[in-house]
Amino acid sequence: MTAHVHDNINYLKTSKGLKSWLTTVDHKRIGLMYLASILVFFITGGLYALLFRLELWTPNKDFLSVDQYNNFFTMHGVIMVFLVVVPGIPGALGNFVLPLQIGAKDLAFPKLNLTSLYLYWLGAILAVISLLAGHADSGWTFYAPYSLSKNPAVMWMLTAAFLLGFSSILTGLNFIVTIHKMRAPGMTWFRMPLFIWALYATAIMQVFATPVLGITLILMLVENFFHIGIFDPALGGDPILMQHFFWFYSHPAVYIIVVPAFGIASELIATFSKKEIFGYKFIAFSSVAITVIGFLVWGHHMFVAGQSEVADTIFSFLTFFTAIPSAIKVFNWTTTLYKGSIELRTPMLYGLQVLFNFTIGGLTGIILAILSVDIHLHDTYFVVSHFHYVAMGTTMIAFIGGIHYWWPKMTGRMYNEVVGKFASLLVFVGFNTVFFPQLIMGSQGSPRRYYHYLPDFQIFHQISTIGIIILAVGLFTALINLLMSLRRAPDAPQNPWGARTLEWEFAETPPVLFNFKETPVVTHGPYEFAKEGA
Amino acid sequence: MDTTKSVWLPEQASTFANSVDWAFNLYLWISVAFFAIIVVLIAYFVVKYARKRPDQLATAQIVHNTFLETTWTAIPLIIVMALFVVGMKGYWNMRVAPSNAMQVDVTGRKWAWSFDYPKEGVSTDTLVVPVHQPVRLRMTSTDVIHSFFIPAFRTKADVIPGRYHSLWFEATKTGVFQVFCTQYCGTNHSYMWTAVKVVTPDEFQAWVAAAADPSKGKTPAEFGEILYSQKGCVACHTVDGSTGIGPTWKGIWGISVPLEDGRSVTVDEAYVKKSMNEPATDVVKGFQPIMPPFQGVLSDKEEDALVAYIQSLK
Amino acid sequence: MASTTLQEHEVAHHFDDLEQEFESQKFGMWLFMASEIMMFGALLVGGLFLLYLHPDAFAESRPHLDWRLGALNTFFLLTGGFTMARAAGFAQQREQGKVRTNLILSLLLACGFLVVKTIEYKAKFHHGLLPGHAFHGEGFTSLHAHIFFGYYFVATGLHALHVLIGMGLMIWCLKVSKRVQFTRDYYTPVEFAGMYWALVDLVWVFLFPLLYLVG
Repeated sequence: MTAHVHDNINYLKTSKGLKSWLTTVDHKRIGLMYLASILVFFITGGLYALLFRLELWTPNKDFLSVDQYNNFFTMHGVIMVFLVVVPGIPGALGNFVLPLQIGAKDLAFPKLNLTSLYLYWLGAILAVISLLAGHADSGWTFYAPYSLSKNPAVMWMLTAAFLLGFSSILTGLNFIVTIHKMRAPGMTWFRMPLFIWALYATAIMQVFATPVLGITLILMLVENFFHIGIFDPALGGDPILMQHFFWFYSHPAVYIIVVPAFGIASELIATFSKKEIFGYKFIAFSSVAITVIGFLVWGHHMFVAGQSEVADTIFSFLTFFTAIPSAIKVFNWTTTLYKGSIELRTPMLYGLQVLFNFTIGGLTGIILAILSVDIHLHDTYFVVSHFHYVAMGTTMIAFIGGIHYWWPKMTGRMYNEVVGKFASLLVFVGFNTVFFPQLIMGSQGSPRRYYHYLPDFQIFHQISTIGIIILAVGLFTALINLLMSLRRAPDAPQNPWGARTLEWEFAETPPVLFNFKETPVVTHGPYEFAKEGA
Repeated sequence: MDTTKSVWLPEQASTFANSVDWAFNLYLWISVAFFAIIVVLIAYFVVKYARKRPDQLATAQIVHNTFLETTWTAIPLIIVMALFVVGMKGYWNMRVAPSNAMQVDVTGRKWAWSFDYPKEGVSTDTLVVPVHQPVRLRMTSTDVIHSFFIPAFRTKADVIPGRYHSLWFEATKTGVFQVFCTQYCGTNHSYMWTAVKVVTPDEFQAWVAAAADPSKGKTPAEFGEILYSQKGCVACHTVDGSTGIGPTWKGIWGISVPLEDGRSVTVDEAYVKKSMNEPATDVVKGFQPIMPPFQGVLSDKEEDALVAYIQSLK
Repeated sequence: MASTTLQEHEVAHHFDDLEQEFESQKFGMWLFMASEIMMFGALLVGGLFLLYLHPDAFAESRPHLDWRLGALNTFFLLTGGFTMARAAGFAQQREQGKVRTNLILSLLLACGFLVVKTIEYKAKFHHGLLPGHAFHGEGFTSLHAHIFFGYYFVATGLHALHVLIGMGLMIWCLKVSKRVQFTRDYYTPVEFAGMYWALVDLVWVFLFPLLYLVG
């Protein structure tokens, strides 16, 4: 293609105006629009959490009614799962970084990428309509027959989730093709950064698991409208079938949520230790291994739901195998630090937090696979806490770390390092103060989704509520710090972290429209810090 | 203080508790050890290998160590396989009830539990069982999925409409233990509590005799008060004048109340009985038509007793 | 056959060459089909599960579907698959006219499918064989015939929606064929429409026995 004059200027400046953003097919701009949208919903979902946590200060009513509480935890769950953590890292950072890291000019299907974004927005609009249509109160799991009560808000929510699933499938498809077909010369599979491997494994799950959610949601909607009797026991249906369908997607979805975070953690830990990652191939394959195992363990969400004992036993057995690749990742990251040259910049502080939180998230997951113990812990705060150690403590923390890491590349600005570190410390303390007490409260037998609880558990709830205030202050500080940097003149160097991956070594800060002035030729691995300057 | 209660786990009161807690504690210490090793190593490396000059490179580039990698694959694998066996054994024990188990039928409905003893011919809203006696609960729901959880017994099972799901236990000490609903079931999910009262065999026999005719020796209003909690009215209707899911019963007798469709009606015996049997017909203004009909659930005697109870609430 | 007024296809800016573009798009299309197969696969598993749950409802309801109409529709779809394959073959040989003939044949076959489907649906409506609460069929002893017909309408409805999308793709190919010259290196639209139609066929090949023959 003939080169235009504007091809060689920074992608933020090639064209101006709202329309140029809404019609762009540039993966970098689409990534930024995802980022902005996801942060808006992260704040929304977080506010819901803040409000119902405050309500839980005492065992009885404080300022929310029981219906409001039920609605708030549902909105928190749906927004955070379908609008934040599932699309989060792939949509925002994956979109921006993936073509840059493999040396491509764009994703394989730029228009499809924009379509994904619009589907995401459409899903988001429907979620907002659901909010206005009344109280969706089914929980994010939409269990039948409770969710079949013809509540219009629940039906809008189901439609929203369907569109968001479609968006997720198209993003995954785009990523897989791009990784297979668009790598720069010399970018062999084992020279790909681990973030790419992680996105690749995630994309496979998005393409193969999400359609099952799609059909589940279609059936739920049809069931709500026409009462067919597939899931509704009053009509001869089977509510457990709905759970099988739902978890066949939603268990892989947990890995869709967490695997990209592993990728970011690998980038951060290697770069800020100036060290080749320990066991590169193992980390790469463990992402893929988790993907494969992830498809076979959905039944562990149903140990008390009345599936057969044999099924429970098989699902428990398979679930233990997810522990192995997860454990080895933790060991590999820790070993990567050994004899490194470690610099505790803001992104690295988040990287280390991921390591800390994921160790707790992983360990608390294994105990839930022990059948006899799970019977006691199922549907208690222990599970809530385990899930948040993974989805928030691992995924969102990695996401925030990733935003700090790639922020200079995206915007051309450096943020205030001292404020950034301070915020990350608050986030660390706040997060663990929220969720650690919930582990104890859960194993003591406190059920989840409880508006009204035993007075014995009040102390845990109160510590947790104090924690969320610290967490909120930390997150808010981090956000303000990032936004303030936009007021400055561009000051970020091309490679402020001394990283070895293409987006830092070859692409300008911020990158030009088609990413590279000339196609990069890759001659080294992503973390070869020994050869620096050679 | 109960010695079987720990920081992590509630008191133990069933034959399962020991093995579940043993597995829990075993795993707890394994994970504390793993966690401590990881955190100490991270902290040590971060301090020891901190970058001192901006251009400082790593002192070694180690990408592979077969011994380490084999070890840290093998050890977790052995541990998790052992955990699998421990968990499976405990679980199968929980699923297979002994043949001498006493049967109790459990019904979950929004938002109350009821227990029927088919052999003894009694019903109750609080589970009463003899100590050291295996009990098998045959559970079903009349509306949505609930879940029956007794933390002190370390056992739990979903209660599913349209099918029976069972659970068994053997209590090891007398006392009153909390029961929760743990599957989200709508507005008053977190109020769907009851208790299991573990008594000696003699006390159990005495209780059965008394429960066989709960109205015996009581006035209709006193019997109505028992039914008020036993039949689940308590979940939505208060008797202290505060507003619940449904109208309060206090002071409602004999007054005229506005209905959703604009009419008014006087709360008398006919209206109260109609509201029990066809609750959706004349809904009091400001409330949702969500009450389940009690047609066929209440006997005439029970209806009369509830009417008498409402009448007594001035 | 190729008209001189037709343009050659231009490679999109972010691809190096035609081959990379074609390979990428084809791979993407395969992934999309895999995704669709997972969706229909789950639907079929659900159907099998319902068959296992209520064999009486299936046994009693199945005779109300006419297997001969189903077989006729199977014929329409599979023949359409054949003509789509021929269209893709001709596209590679730059035979623009024959491509169009085969596309139009496929479209007609697809219309035939929809006409038969409409006749079938009409009969169901007439006899009250409708999903869920709307069901008022007469002479059924099974309490769950409404589930069979509910599933029947959902599964065939979703499939019919895919038939319509497939027809849309055929029309799109016809439009492109008037503008761009298909070549050995560029016949992507026809290839994709053909692949999509193969999916429509594949799903039907499973639905047909499940609904019309088994039970």
